[in-house]
Amino acid sequence: MSLRKYEVVFVLTPTLTEDEVDQAVQSFKKSAEEKGARILNVDQWGKRRLAFPVKKHNEGIYVTMTLEAGSGDAVLELERRFKVTDNVIRFLSVRTDLDLKRADKFKARREVRKKKRAISPPRRQEPISEEMEIEKE
Amino acid sequence: MVRRRKFCKFCAERIDYIDYKDVRILSQFVPERARVLPRRISGVCASHQRMLALAIKRARHLALLPHVAE
Repeated sequence: MSLRKYEVVFVLTPTLTEDEVDQAVQSFKKSAEEKGARILNVDQWGKRRLAFPVKKHNEGIYVTMTLEAGSGDAVLELERRFKVTDNVIRFLSVRTDLDLKRADKFKARREVRKKKRAISPPRRQEPISEEMEIEKE
Repeated sequence: MVRRRKFCKFCAERIDYIDYKDVRILSQFVPERARVLPRRISGVCASHQRMLALAIKRARHLALLPHVAE
């Protein structure tokens, strides 16, 4: 069974200090790992203005986590924890491996087309050979 | 006036996956009223428009983009 890739973004309340953010991230990381996921990357964007107020906050601390797992259990657990954690004001988890695969397919297809163009560029020679055949007749 | 033929920006830039976190690109397709810019205006091809719409909706959920204009 191939591993699935997930991307989990969550937004924390802006009132947290940096240490508290790190602590929260660590604890989320741990609970995902306990469910058998491998954390590939954690990206903390820092504070960002929200496009609209969420739970009376105008700003939020964004954190993106990329993880790899055999099933969705880890993500399920993370989502459950996000729901019960008051400091998380928004979260979104997306499975990305299928989209990435699709993107790779397009990329590969482009490469093939490029190569084809390089190998057999012009079709100009065909009409000439046709003329020759006519001459033979 | 000669209208220039529209082309799909994403096809031209060879973008295979539109990231919902990339606010810079997405915001080009949500004009003032915060609605998704229709294809007939932007010239984006059908498959990329679908991807774009999904990305915008995800971005909205994360409060990266507005749902309505202020």
